[in-house]
Amino acid sequence: MFIDPHAHMISRTTDDYEAMAASGVVAVIEPAFWLGQPRTYVGSYIDYLSHIIGFERFRAGQFGIRHYCTVGLNSKEANNEELAEGVMEILPRFALKEAVVAIGEIGYDEQTELEDKYFRLQLELAKELDLPVMIHTPHRDKKRGTSRSMDVCIEHGLDPGRVVVDHNNEETVREVLDRGFWAAFSIYPSTKMGNARMVEILRQYGAERIIVDSACDWGISEPLGVAKTAQLALERGIPEEQVRLVCYQNALDAYGQSGQMKESDWLDPPAIDQRTLYEGNSILRGGREARIEDSSARSMEKLIIE
Amino acid sequence: MRTPGELLRDWLQRRISSDDYGWLEGQLEKLAGGSERDLVITLGLIPRRLGKADLSLSAEELEQAEAARSGWDPSQWTVDTAARVLALLSLQIDEAAFERQFAEFCRTADAPEAIAVFSGLPLYPAAAKLQPHAAEALRGNIRAVFEAVAHRNPYPREQFDEDRWNQMVLKALFIGSTLHPIQGIDERANPVLARIMCDYAHERWAAGRAITPEIWRNVGPFAEGDMLEDLRRVAGSPDPREREAAALALSANTSAEAKRILETLGPELNRIQAGETGWEDVVRQLDPEEAQT
Repeated sequence: MFIDPHAHMISRTTDDYEAMAASGVVAVIEPAFWLGQPRTYVGSYIDYLSHIIGFERFRAGQFGIRHYCTVGLNSKEANNEELAEGVMEILPRFALKEAVVAIGEIGYDEQTELEDKYFRLQLELAKELDLPVMIHTPHRDKKRGTSRSMDVCIEHGLDPGRVVVDHNNEETVREVLDRGFWAAFSIYPSTKMGNARMVEILRQYGAERIIVDSACDWGISEPLGVAKTAQLALERGIPEEQVRLVCYQNALDAYGQSGQMKESDWLDPPAIDQRTLYEGNSILRGGREARIEDSSARSMEKLIIE
Repeated sequence: MRTPGELLRDWLQRRISSDDYGWLEGQLEKLAGGSERDLVITLGLIPRRLGKADLSLSAEELEQAEAARSGWDPSQWTVDTAARVLALLSLQIDEAAFERQFAEFCRTADAPEAIAVFSGLPLYPAAAKLQPHAAEALRGNIRAVFEAVAHRNPYPREQFDEDRWNQMVLKALFIGSTLHPIQGIDERANPVLARIMCDYAHERWAAGRAITPEIWRNVGPFAEGDMLEDLRRVAGSPDPREREAAALALSANTSAEAKRILETLGPELNRIQAGETGWEDVVRQLDPEEAQT
Protein backbone atom coordinates (compact mmCIF):
# COMPACT_ATOMS: atom_id res chain seq x y z
CA MET A 1 0.00 0.00 0.00
CA PHE A 2 1.28 3.44 -0.93
CA ILE A 3 0.17 7.02 -0.42
CA ASP A 4 1.20 9.69 -2.90
CA PRO A 5 0.94 12.80 -0.72
CA HIS A 6 1.57 15.28 -3.53
CA ALA A 7 -0.14 14.63 -6.85
CA HIS A 8 -1.96 17.12 -9.07
CA MET A 9 -4.50 14.67 -10.38
CA ILE A 10 -6.59 17.39 -12.01
CA SER A 11 -3.83 17.44 -14.67
CA ARG A 12 -3.64 13.67 -15.10
CA THR A 13 -5.51 11.15 -17.20
CA THR A 14 -7.58 8.13 -16.30
CA ASP A 15 -4.66 5.96 -17.47
CA ASP A 16 -2.63 7.45 -14.64
CA TYR A 17 -5.32 6.69 -12.09
CA GLU A 18 -5.50 3.11 -13.33
CA ALA A 19 -1.74 2.71 -13.24
CA MET A 20 -1.47 4.24 -9.76
CA ALA A 21 -4.21 2.00 -8.38
CA ALA A 22 -2.55 -1.03 -9.98
CA SER A 23 0.80 -0.08 -8.45
CA GLY A 24 -0.73 -0.10 -4.97
CA VAL A 25 -1.54 3.58 -4.37
CA VAL A 26 -4.56 3.75 -2.03
CA ALA A 27 -4.64 7.51 -1.39
CA VAL A 28 -3.43 10.74 -2.96
CA ILE A 29 -3.21 14.29 -1.66
CA GLU A 30 -3.90 17.00 -4.22
CA PRO A 31 -2.38 20.33 -3.19
CA ALA A 32 -3.92 23.48 -4.63
CA PHE A 33 -1.30 24.85 -7.02
CA TRP A 34 -0.41 26.88 -10.07
CA LEU A 35 -2.08 25.59 -13.21
CA GLY A 36 0.75 26.33 -15.63
CA GLN A 37 -0.59 29.78 -16.34
CA PRO A 38 -1.98 32.31 -13.89
CA ARG A 39 -5.59 32.62 -12.83
CA THR A 40 -6.63 36.25 -13.07
CA TYR A 41 -10.03 36.23 -11.39
CA VAL A 42 -10.90 35.02 -7.91
CA GLY A 43 -13.84 33.22 -9.52
CA SER A 44 -11.41 30.94 -11.36
CA TYR A 45 -9.86 30.11 -8.01
CA ILE A 46 -13.24 29.32 -6.45
CA ASP A 47 -14.11 26.95 -9.27
CA TYR A 48 -10.66 25.35 -9.14
CA LEU A 49 -10.92 24.67 -5.41
CA SER A 50 -14.49 23.41 -5.87
CA HIS A 51 -13.19 21.10 -8.57
CA ILE A 52 -10.44 19.50 -6.48
CA ILE A 53 -12.68 19.03 -3.42
CA GLY A 54 -15.56 17.85 -5.62
CA PHE A 55 -15.30 16.17 -8.97
CA GLU A 56 -11.62 15.23 -8.73
CA ARG A 57 -12.31 13.49 -5.44
CA PHE A 58 -15.19 11.60 -7.01
CA ARG A 59 -13.08 10.73 -10.06
CA ALA A 60 -10.31 9.26 -7.90
CA GLY A 61 -12.90 7.23 -6.00
CA GLN A 62 -13.99 5.59 -9.23
CA PHE A 63 -10.50 4.13 -9.54
CA GLY A 64 -10.44 2.96 -5.93
CA ILE A 65 -8.14 5.77 -4.81
CA ARG A 66 -8.98 7.97 -1.83
CA HIS A 67 -8.46 11.63 -2.61
CA TYR A 68 -7.51 14.41 -0.19
CA CYS A 69 -6.63 18.05 -0.76
CA THR A 70 -4.73 20.95 0.59
CA VAL A 71 -6.05 24.44 -0.10
CA GLY A 72 -4.06 27.63 -0.34
CA LEU A 73 -2.86 30.53 -2.43
CA ASN A 74 0.34 29.51 -4.23
CA SER A 75 3.37 31.74 -4.17
CA LYS A 76 3.35 32.75 -7.86
CA GLU A 77 -0.21 34.03 -7.72
CA ALA A 78 0.43 35.78 -4.40
CA ASN A 79 2.14 38.40 -6.55
CA ASN A 80 -1.21 39.47 -8.03
CA GLU A 81 -2.41 41.49 -5.07
CA GLU A 82 -6.01 41.88 -6.17
CA LEU A 83 -6.33 38.16 -6.79
CA ALA A 84 -4.51 37.34 -3.57
CA GLU A 85 -6.86 39.45 -1.48
CA GLY A 86 -9.85 37.77 -3.05
CA VAL A 87 -8.43 34.29 -2.48
CA MET A 88 -7.64 35.03 1.17
CA GLU A 89 -11.26 36.02 1.63
CA ILE A 90 -12.66 32.76 0.23
CA LEU A 91 -10.05 30.33 1.64
CA PRO A 92 -11.74 29.85 5.04
CA ARG A 93 -14.84 28.52 3.34
CA PHE A 94 -12.79 25.79 1.64
CA ALA A 95 -10.45 24.94 4.48
CA LEU A 96 -13.15 23.04 6.38
CA LYS A 97 -14.37 20.94 3.48
CA GLU A 98 -14.28 17.19 3.77
CA ALA A 99 -10.83 15.67 3.19
CA VAL A 100 -8.92 18.96 3.33
CA VAL A 101 -5.80 17.88 5.21
CA ALA A 102 -3.65 21.03 5.21
CA ILE A 103 -3.16 24.59 4.08
CA GLY A 104 -0.85 24.34 1.08
CA GLU A 105 1.08 24.35 -1.02
CA ILE A 106 2.26 27.72 0.18
CA GLY A 107 5.65 29.40 0.52
CA TYR A 108 8.02 31.25 -1.78
CA ASP A 109 8.70 31.44 -5.50
CA GLU A 110 10.77 34.60 -6.08
CA GLN A 111 10.66 35.49 -2.38
CA THR A 112 8.96 38.84 -3.00
CA GLU A 113 7.32 40.99 -0.34
CA LEU A 114 3.85 40.01 -1.48
CA GLU A 115 4.75 36.32 -1.37
CA ASP A 116 5.99 36.84 2.16
CA LYS A 117 2.83 38.68 3.19
CA TYR A 118 0.41 36.01 1.98
CA PHE A 119 2.59 33.15 3.21
CA ARG A 120 2.38 34.61 6.70
CA LEU A 121 -1.36 35.26 6.49
CA GLN A 122 -1.93 31.66 5.47
CA LEU A 123 0.22 30.34 8.31
CA GLU A 124 -2.03 32.30 10.66
CA LEU A 125 -5.09 30.78 9.00
CA ALA A 126 -3.64 27.28 9.46
CA LYS A 127 -3.11 28.04 13.14
CA GLU A 128 -6.61 29.40 13.55
CA LEU A 129 -8.19 26.36 11.90
CA ASP A 130 -5.77 23.89 13.50
CA LEU A 131 -4.63 22.51 10.14
CA PRO A 132 -1.21 21.17 9.12
CA VAL A 133 0.80 23.08 6.49
CA MET A 134 2.38 21.93 3.23
CA ILE A 135 5.27 24.13 2.14
CA HIS A 136 6.42 24.47 -1.45
CA THR A 137 10.10 25.39 -1.44
CA PRO A 138 11.32 27.55 -4.32
CA HIS A 139 13.01 26.15 -7.42
CA ARG A 140 15.50 29.03 -7.51
CA ASP A 141 17.59 30.15 -4.55
CA LYS A 142 16.26 27.00 -2.96
CA LYS A 143 18.51 26.65 0.04
CA ARG A 144 17.89 30.15 1.37
CA GLY A 145 14.20 29.95 0.51
CA THR A 146 13.83 26.72 2.45
CA SER A 147 15.57 28.08 5.55
CA ARG A 148 13.51 31.24 5.37
CA SER A 149 10.24 29.26 5.06
CA MET A 150 11.04 27.43 8.26
CA ASP A 151 12.16 30.62 10.04
CA VAL A 152 8.81 32.22 9.27
CA CYS A 153 6.89 29.16 10.48
CA ILE A 154 8.74 29.28 13.78
CA GLU A 155 8.25 33.03 14.03
CA HIS A 156 4.48 32.48 13.69
CA GLY A 157 4.50 29.84 16.39
CA LEU A 158 3.80 26.79 14.25
CA ASP A 159 4.77 23.37 15.56
CA PRO A 160 7.34 21.92 13.08
CA GLY A 161 5.68 18.54 13.63
CA ARG A 162 2.64 19.91 11.80
CA VAL A 163 4.55 21.34 8.84
CA VAL A 164 5.69 19.36 5.78
CA VAL A 165 8.49 21.02 3.81
CA ASP A 166 8.30 19.66 0.27
CA HIS A 167 10.60 19.45 -2.78
CA ASN A 168 13.73 18.83 -0.73
CA ASN A 169 17.07 17.75 -2.13
CA GLU A 170 20.49 16.71 -0.82
CA GLU A 171 21.28 20.32 0.05
CA THR A 172 18.21 21.08 2.14
CA VAL A 173 17.33 17.83 3.88
CA ARG A 174 19.63 18.01 6.89
CA GLU A 175 18.44 21.39 8.12
CA VAL A 176 14.78 20.45 7.66
CA LEU A 177 15.17 17.25 9.67
CA ASP A 178 17.38 18.88 12.32
CA ARG A 179 14.73 21.54 12.92
CA GLY A 180 12.00 18.95 13.45
CA PHE A 181 9.98 19.50 10.26
CA TRP A 182 8.73 16.73 7.97
CA ALA A 183 10.96 16.51 4.88
CA ALA A 184 9.15 15.55 1.68
CA PHE A 185 10.85 14.70 -1.61
CA SER A 186 9.21 14.97 -5.01
CA ILE A 187 10.40 12.25 -7.37
CA TYR A 188 10.08 14.40 -10.46
CA PRO A 189 12.28 13.78 -13.49
CA SER A 190 14.88 16.38 -14.54
CA THR A 191 13.96 19.20 -12.14
CA LYS A 192 13.53 17.81 -8.62
CA MET A 193 14.63 14.40 -7.25
CA GLY A 194 15.47 11.18 -9.05
CA ASN A 195 14.64 7.94 -7.27
CA ALA A 196 18.19 6.56 -7.29
CA ARG A 197 19.30 9.71 -5.45
CA MET A 198 16.31 9.26 -3.14
CA VAL A 199 17.47 5.79 -2.20
CA GLU A 200 20.86 7.18 -1.22
CA ILE A 201 19.16 9.80 0.96
CA LEU A 202 17.20 7.05 2.70
CA ARG A 203 20.43 5.13 3.23
CA GLN A 204 22.03 8.17 4.80
CA TYR A 205 19.17 9.65 6.83
CA GLY A 206 16.90 6.70 7.56
CA ALA A 207 13.13 7.01 7.38
CA GLU A 208 12.16 9.23 10.27
CA ARG A 209 10.02 12.20 9.12
CA ILE A 210 10.92 11.59 5.46
CA ILE A 211 8.09 11.45 2.90
CA VAL A 212 8.23 10.47 -0.78
CA ASP A 213 5.80 11.92 -3.31
CA SER A 214 5.54 12.26 -7.09
CA ALA A 215 4.32 15.88 -7.45
CA CYS A 216 3.02 14.70 -10.83
CA ASP A 217 1.26 17.50 -12.68
CA TRP A 218 0.92 18.94 -16.20
CA GLY A 219 4.65 18.61 -16.85
CA ILE A 220 6.62 15.50 -17.80
CA SER A 221 6.30 13.76 -14.49
CA GLU A 222 5.76 10.30 -13.06
CA PRO A 223 2.52 9.29 -11.29
CA LEU A 224 4.22 6.04 -10.31
CA GLY A 225 7.02 7.95 -8.57
CA VAL A 226 6.18 6.58 -5.13
CA ALA A 227 5.72 2.96 -6.22
CA LYS A 228 8.89 2.98 -8.35
CA THR A 229 10.94 4.55 -5.56
CA ALA A 230 9.66 1.91 -3.14
CA GLN A 231 10.62 -0.90 -5.49
CA LEU A 232 14.04 0.55 -6.22
CA ALA A 233 14.71 1.10 -2.52
CA LEU A 234 13.85 -2.51 -1.72
CA GLU A 235 16.02 -3.78 -4.58
CA ARG A 236 18.92 -1.70 -3.27
CA GLY A 237 18.66 -3.03 0.25
CA ILE A 238 16.65 -0.43 2.16
CA PRO A 239 14.75 -2.29 4.91
CA GLU A 240 11.08 -2.93 4.15
CA GLU A 241 9.90 -1.11 7.27
CA GLN A 242 11.75 2.05 6.22
CA VAL A 243 10.20 1.90 2.77
CA ARG A 244 6.76 1.53 4.36
CA LEU A 245 7.37 4.61 6.50
CA VAL A 246 8.50 6.92 3.70
CA CYS A 247 6.00 5.71 1.07
CA TYR A 248 2.96 5.33 3.31
CA GLN A 249 2.96 5.76 7.06
CA ASN A 250 4.76 9.09 7.47
CA ALA A 251 2.41 10.88 5.10
CA LEU A 252 -0.52 9.41 6.97
CA ASP A 253 0.93 10.51 10.32
CA ALA A 254 1.74 14.04 9.11
CA TYR A 255 -1.51 14.82 7.31
CA GLY A 256 -3.63 12.63 9.59
CA GLN A 257 -3.12 15.38 12.18
CA SER A 258 -5.89 17.22 10.34
CA GLY A 259 -8.37 14.59 11.56
CA GLN A 260 -9.45 14.25 7.93
CA MET A 261 -7.32 11.29 6.83
CA LYS A 262 -7.48 7.88 8.46
CA GLU A 263 -6.34 4.42 7.38
CA SER A 264 -9.91 3.21 7.85
CA ASP A 265 -10.93 5.54 4.99
CA TRP A 266 -9.62 2.93 2.55
CA LEU A 267 -9.48 -0.21 4.70
CA ASP A 268 -12.96 0.12 6.18
CA PRO A 269 -14.77 3.06 4.56
CA PRO A 270 -17.98 4.45 6.07
CA ALA A 271 -21.18 3.00 4.62
CA ILE A 272 -22.20 6.29 3.05
CA ASP A 273 -18.89 6.58 1.19
CA GLN A 274 -19.21 3.06 -0.16
CA ARG A 275 -22.65 3.94 -1.49
CA THR A 276 -21.64 7.23 -3.04
CA LEU A 277 -18.04 8.32 -3.47
CA TYR A 278 -15.64 5.42 -3.27
CA GLU A 279 -15.64 2.27 -5.34
CA GLY A 280 -13.02 0.51 -3.25
CA ASN A 281 -9.50 -0.42 -4.25
CA SER A 282 -9.23 -3.55 -6.37
CA ILE A 283 -6.02 -4.57 -4.64
CA LEU A 284 -7.54 -4.20 -1.18
CA ARG A 285 -10.55 -6.19 -2.39
CA GLY A 286 -8.12 -8.96 -3.33
CA GLY A 287 -8.56 -8.23 -7.02
CA ARG A 288 -5.00 -8.45 -8.20
CA GLU A 289 -1.38 -8.07 -7.24
CA ALA A 290 0.15 -4.61 -7.15
CA ARG A 291 2.22 -3.93 -10.25
CA ILE A 292 3.81 -0.98 -11.97
CA GLU A 293 4.15 -2.23 -15.55
CA ASP A 294 0.44 -1.91 -16.21
CA SER A 295 0.30 0.72 -18.93
CA SER A 296 -1.22 -1.35 -21.70
CA ALA A 297 -4.20 0.95 -22.21
CA ARG A 298 -2.14 3.36 -24.32
CA SER A 299 -0.45 0.65 -26.33
CA MET A 300 -1.30 0.14 -30.01
CA GLU A 301 -1.35 -3.58 -29.23
CA LYS A 302 -4.77 -3.18 -27.67
CA LEU A 303 -6.53 -2.35 -30.91
CA ILE A 304 -10.22 -2.76 -30.13
CA ILE A 305 -12.03 0.20 -28.56
CA GLU A 306 -15.31 -0.79 -26.94
CA MET B 1 -47.99 17.10 14.55
CA ARG B 2 -44.28 17.85 14.62
CA THR B 3 -42.46 19.80 11.93
CA PRO B 4 -39.56 18.32 9.94
CA GLY B 5 -37.17 20.53 11.93
CA GLU B 6 -38.46 19.18 15.23
CA LEU B 7 -38.18 15.62 13.97
CA LEU B 8 -34.58 16.15 12.81
CA ARG B 9 -33.67 17.50 16.24
CA ASP B 10 -35.34 14.55 17.91
CA TRP B 11 -33.66 11.95 15.69
CA LEU B 12 -30.24 13.54 16.09
CA GLN B 13 -30.58 13.85 19.85
CA ARG B 14 -31.17 10.10 20.06
CA ARG B 15 -28.09 9.33 17.99
CA ILE B 16 -25.30 11.68 19.07
CA SER B 17 -23.77 12.41 22.47
CA SER B 18 -25.36 15.11 24.62
CA ASP B 19 -22.11 17.12 24.29
CA ASP B 20 -22.31 17.04 20.53
CA TYR B 21 -26.00 17.81 20.56
CA GLY B 22 -25.32 20.78 22.83
CA TRP B 23 -22.70 22.00 20.35
CA LEU B 24 -25.18 21.67 17.49
CA GLU B 25 -27.87 23.60 19.41
CA GLY B 26 -25.36 26.40 20.04
CA GLN B 27 -24.50 26.59 16.33
CA LEU B 28 -28.15 26.61 15.32
CA GLU B 29 -28.85 29.52 17.64
CA LYS B 30 -26.05 31.48 15.96
CA LEU B 31 -27.55 30.76 12.54
CA ALA B 32 -30.78 32.51 13.44
CA GLY B 33 -28.76 35.72 12.94
CA GLY B 34 -28.46 34.88 9.24
CA SER B 35 -24.68 35.36 8.85
CA GLU B 36 -23.33 33.58 5.81
CA ARG B 37 -19.99 32.99 7.47
CA ASP B 38 -21.65 31.26 10.44
CA LEU B 39 -23.59 29.08 8.05
CA VAL B 40 -20.56 28.01 6.01
CA ILE B 41 -18.52 27.23 9.12
CA THR B 42 -21.36 25.32 10.78
CA LEU B 43 -22.00 23.23 7.68
CA GLY B 44 -18.27 22.55 7.39
CA LEU B 45 -17.83 21.53 11.01
CA ILE B 46 -20.87 19.25 11.22
CA PRO B 47 -19.27 16.02 9.92
CA ARG B 48 -16.05 16.74 11.81
CA ARG B 49 -17.97 17.04 15.02
CA LEU B 50 -20.89 14.63 14.53
CA GLY B 51 -19.51 12.05 12.06
CA LYS B 52 -21.32 10.66 9.07
CA ALA B 53 -22.85 7.43 10.26
CA ASP B 54 -26.11 6.28 8.72
CA LEU B 55 -29.12 7.72 10.52
CA SER B 56 -30.85 4.31 10.23
CA LEU B 57 -34.34 5.58 11.05
CA SER B 58 -36.88 3.13 12.43
CA ALA B 59 -40.13 2.34 10.63
CA GLU B 60 -41.92 4.52 13.17
CA GLU B 61 -39.58 7.45 12.54
CA LEU B 62 -40.07 7.11 8.79
CA GLU B 63 -43.82 7.28 9.38
CA GLN B 64 -43.30 10.48 11.36
CA ALA B 65 -41.41 11.90 8.39
CA GLU B 66 -44.20 11.03 5.98
CA ALA B 67 -46.77 12.56 8.34
CA ALA B 68 -44.77 15.77 8.72
CA ARG B 69 -44.19 16.21 5.00
CA SER B 70 -45.84 14.00 2.41
CA GLY B 71 -43.24 12.13 0.34
CA TRP B 72 -40.31 13.00 2.59
CA ASP B 73 -38.13 9.88 2.65
CA PRO B 74 -35.00 10.21 4.83
CA SER B 75 -34.41 6.43 4.89
CA GLN B 76 -30.91 6.83 3.39
CA TRP B 77 -29.90 9.94 5.31
CA THR B 78 -26.77 10.16 7.41
CA VAL B 79 -26.18 12.09 10.64
CA ASP B 80 -24.31 14.87 8.83
CA THR B 81 -27.02 15.19 6.17
CA ALA B 82 -29.69 15.52 8.85
CA ALA B 83 -27.73 18.12 10.79
CA ARG B 84 -26.91 20.14 7.67
CA VAL B 85 -30.52 20.22 6.54
CA LEU B 86 -31.53 21.21 10.05
CA ALA B 87 -29.01 24.05 9.89
CA LEU B 88 -30.55 25.35 6.67
CA LEU B 89 -34.01 25.10 8.20
CA SER B 90 -32.80 27.13 11.17
CA LEU B 91 -32.06 30.23 9.10
CA GLN B 92 -34.54 32.88 10.14
CA ILE B 93 -34.58 34.71 6.81
CA ASP B 94 -37.11 35.47 4.11
CA GLU B 95 -37.50 33.44 0.95
CA ALA B 96 -35.39 35.68 -1.27
CA ALA B 97 -32.53 35.70 1.23
CA PHE B 98 -32.81 31.93 1.61
CA GLU B 99 -32.51 31.47 -2.14
CA ARG B 100 -29.43 33.71 -2.20
CA GLN B 101 -27.68 31.83 0.60
CA PHE B 102 -28.66 28.50 -0.90
CA ALA B 103 -27.18 29.53 -4.26
CA GLU B 104 -23.99 30.79 -2.69
CA PHE B 105 -23.56 27.64 -0.68
CA CYS B 106 -24.19 25.35 -3.67
CA ARG B 107 -21.40 27.15 -5.52
CA THR B 108 -18.74 25.87 -3.14
CA ALA B 109 -20.32 22.75 -1.65
CA ASP B 110 -18.27 19.56 -1.51
CA ALA B 111 -20.00 16.33 -2.51
CA PRO B 112 -21.38 15.33 0.92
CA GLU B 113 -22.61 18.89 1.41
CA ALA B 114 -24.31 18.83 -1.96
CA ILE B 115 -25.90 15.48 -1.15
CA ALA B 116 -27.23 16.97 2.08
CA VAL B 117 -28.60 20.24 0.74
CA PHE B 118 -30.34 18.58 -2.20
CA SER B 119 -31.77 15.76 -0.07
CA GLY B 120 -33.46 18.53 1.92
CA LEU B 121 -35.17 20.11 -1.10
CA PRO B 122 -38.71 19.12 -0.06
CA LEU B 123 -38.30 20.89 3.28
CA TYR B 124 -37.14 24.39 2.37
CA PRO B 125 -39.06 27.60 1.89
CA ALA B 126 -39.15 29.02 -1.65
CA ALA B 127 -39.34 25.56 -3.22
CA ALA B 128 -40.03 26.83 -6.73
CA LYS B 129 -37.17 29.35 -6.61
CA LEU B 130 -34.66 26.56 -5.93
CA GLN B 131 -35.41 24.77 -9.19
CA PRO B 132 -32.44 26.12 -11.16
CA HIS B 133 -30.11 24.79 -8.46
CA ALA B 134 -31.77 21.39 -8.48
CA ALA B 135 -31.38 21.32 -12.26
CA GLU B 136 -27.70 22.23 -11.92
CA ALA B 137 -27.17 19.31 -9.55
CA LEU B 138 -28.71 16.99 -12.14
CA ARG B 139 -26.32 18.30 -14.80
CA GLY B 140 -23.28 17.36 -12.72
CA ASN B 141 -21.19 14.25 -13.02
CA ILE B 142 -21.29 12.99 -9.47
CA ARG B 143 -23.90 10.28 -9.36
CA ALA B 144 -24.59 10.53 -5.64
CA VAL B 145 -25.41 14.22 -5.98
CA PHE B 146 -27.69 13.49 -8.93
CA GLU B 147 -29.45 10.84 -6.86
CA ALA B 148 -29.87 13.22 -3.91
CA VAL B 149 -32.26 15.14 -6.14
CA ALA B 150 -33.72 12.30 -8.18
CA HIS B 151 -34.16 9.48 -5.68
CA ARG B 152 -36.50 9.23 -2.69
CA ASN B 153 -37.35 12.88 -3.09
CA PRO B 154 -40.81 14.33 -3.81
CA TYR B 155 -39.33 17.59 -5.10
CA PRO B 156 -38.91 16.67 -8.81
CA ARG B 157 -42.39 15.19 -9.04
CA GLU B 158 -43.87 18.34 -7.55
CA GLN B 159 -41.74 21.01 -9.21
CA PHE B 160 -40.30 19.88 -12.53
CA ASP B 161 -42.01 20.55 -15.83
CA GLU B 162 -42.16 17.74 -18.36
CA ASP B 163 -38.91 18.59 -20.16
CA ARG B 164 -36.88 18.70 -16.97
CA TRP B 165 -38.56 15.57 -15.68
CA ASN B 166 -37.81 13.67 -18.87
CA GLN B 167 -34.17 14.79 -18.86
CA MET B 168 -33.80 13.59 -15.29
CA VAL B 169 -35.26 10.15 -15.99
CA LEU B 170 -33.19 9.66 -19.14
CA LYS B 171 -30.01 10.79 -17.41
CA ALA B 172 -30.66 8.36 -14.56
CA LEU B 173 -30.36 5.52 -17.06
CA PHE B 174 -27.46 7.18 -18.82
CA ILE B 175 -25.29 7.29 -15.68
CA GLY B 176 -26.14 3.75 -14.61
CA SER B 177 -28.56 4.84 -11.92
CA THR B 178 -32.00 3.36 -11.32
CA LEU B 179 -35.59 4.48 -11.85
CA HIS B 180 -37.55 2.74 -9.13
CA PRO B 181 -36.44 5.11 -6.32
CA ILE B 182 -37.74 8.10 -8.32
CA GLN B 183 -40.96 9.27 -6.71
CA GLY B 184 -43.78 9.63 -9.22
CA ILE B 185 -41.99 7.58 -11.89
CA ASP B 186 -45.28 6.06 -13.11
CA GLU B 187 -47.58 9.03 -12.48
CA ARG B 188 -45.36 11.39 -14.47
CA ALA B 189 -44.71 9.02 -17.38
CA ASN B 190 -45.67 10.65 -20.67
CA PRO B 191 -45.68 9.87 -24.41
CA VAL B 192 -42.61 12.04 -25.10
CA LEU B 193 -40.60 10.17 -22.51
CA ALA B 194 -41.80 6.83 -23.89
CA ARG B 195 -40.47 7.81 -27.32
CA ILE B 196 -37.15 9.02 -25.85
CA MET B 197 -36.75 5.71 -24.04
CA CYS B 198 -37.36 3.67 -27.18
CA ASP B 199 -34.88 5.78 -29.15
CA TYR B 200 -32.33 5.27 -26.41
CA ALA B 201 -32.94 1.52 -26.45
CA HIS B 202 -32.30 1.47 -30.20
CA GLU B 203 -29.03 3.36 -29.71
CA ARG B 204 -27.94 0.81 -27.15
CA TRP B 205 -28.96 -2.10 -29.36
CA ALA B 206 -27.09 -0.61 -32.31
CA ALA B 207 -23.95 -0.30 -30.16
CA GLY B 208 -24.31 -3.84 -28.81
CA ARG B 209 -24.57 -2.54 -25.25
CA ALA B 210 -26.72 -3.86 -22.43
CA ILE B 211 -29.99 -2.12 -21.52
CA THR B 212 -31.43 -2.01 -18.06
CA PRO B 213 -34.88 -3.66 -18.13
CA GLU B 214 -36.20 -0.64 -16.23
CA ILE B 215 -36.10 1.33 -19.47
CA TRP B 216 -39.42 -0.25 -20.51
CA ARG B 217 -41.28 1.03 -17.46
CA ASN B 218 -42.18 4.39 -18.98
CA VAL B 219 -42.72 2.89 -22.43
CA GLY B 220 -45.47 0.46 -21.39
CA PRO B 221 -48.48 2.77 -20.95
CA PHE B 222 -47.85 4.73 -24.16
CA ALA B 223 -46.49 2.08 -26.51
CA GLU B 224 -48.08 1.87 -29.93
CA GLY B 225 -46.92 0.84 -33.39
CA ASP B 226 -43.15 0.42 -33.55
CA MET B 227 -42.87 0.84 -29.79
CA LEU B 228 -44.99 -2.25 -29.32
CA GLU B 229 -42.66 -4.00 -31.73
CA ASP B 230 -39.79 -3.08 -29.40
CA LEU B 231 -41.67 -4.64 -26.51
CA ARG B 232 -42.36 -7.73 -28.62
CA ARG B 233 -38.61 -8.02 -29.18
CA VAL B 234 -37.94 -7.72 -25.43
CA ALA B 235 -40.68 -10.27 -24.71
CA GLY B 236 -38.74 -12.75 -26.83
CA SER B 237 -35.46 -12.13 -25.00
CA PRO B 238 -33.57 -15.14 -23.63
CA ASP B 239 -32.95 -13.07 -20.47
CA PRO B 240 -35.72 -13.75 -17.90
CA ARG B 241 -35.29 -10.24 -16.42
CA GLU B 242 -36.02 -8.67 -19.77
CA ARG B 243 -39.09 -10.88 -20.30
CA GLU B 244 -40.36 -9.86 -16.86
CA ALA B 245 -39.79 -6.22 -17.69
CA ALA B 246 -41.71 -6.70 -20.96
CA ALA B 247 -44.56 -8.34 -19.06
CA LEU B 248 -44.64 -5.49 -16.54
CA ALA B 249 -44.60 -2.88 -19.30
CA LEU B 250 -47.25 -4.59 -21.40
CA SER B 251 -49.49 -5.00 -18.36
CA ALA B 252 -49.72 -1.22 -18.22
CA ASN B 253 -50.88 -0.99 -21.83
CA THR B 254 -54.56 -1.31 -22.71
CA SER B 255 -54.28 -2.09 -26.43
CA ALA B 256 -55.37 -5.38 -27.91
CA GLU B 257 -51.93 -5.85 -29.47
CA ALA B 258 -50.28 -5.52 -26.07
CA LYS B 259 -52.64 -8.19 -24.71
CA ARG B 260 -51.67 -10.50 -27.56
CA ILE B 261 -47.93 -10.13 -26.87
CA LEU B 262 -48.59 -10.59 -23.17
CA GLU B 263 -50.17 -13.97 -23.90
CA THR B 264 -46.71 -15.23 -24.88
CA LEU B 265 -45.47 -14.38 -21.39
CA GLY B 266 -47.56 -16.72 -19.26
CA PRO B 267 -45.02 -17.61 -16.55
CA GLU B 268 -43.85 -13.99 -16.22
CA LEU B 269 -47.41 -12.74 -15.95
CA ASN B 270 -48.20 -15.31 -13.28
CA ARG B 271 -45.26 -14.11 -11.21
CA ILE B 272 -46.43 -10.51 -11.52
CA GLN B 273 -50.02 -11.35 -10.59
CA ALA B 274 -48.83 -13.41 -7.62
CA GLY B 275 -46.89 -10.35 -6.43
CA GLU B 276 -43.61 -12.23 -6.80
CA THR B 277 -41.97 -9.70 -9.05
CA GLY B 278 -42.20 -5.97 -9.76
CA TRP B 279 -40.04 -3.22 -11.26
CA GLU B 280 -37.79 -3.16 -8.20
CA ASP B 281 -37.04 -6.85 -8.59
CA VAL B 282 -36.14 -6.48 -12.24
CA VAL B 283 -33.42 -4.05 -11.16
CA ARG B 284 -32.31 -6.04 -8.19
CA GLN B 285 -31.78 -9.06 -10.41
CA LEU B 286 -29.78 -6.95 -12.81
CA ASP B 287 -27.30 -5.66 -10.30
CA PRO B 288 -27.66 -6.17 -6.56
CA GLU B 289 -25.28 -3.33 -5.68
CA GLU B 290 -27.07 -0.84 -7.88
CA ALA B 291 -30.48 -1.56 -6.46
CA GLN B 292 -29.27 -0.50 -3.01
CA THR B 293 -27.95 2.90 -3.92
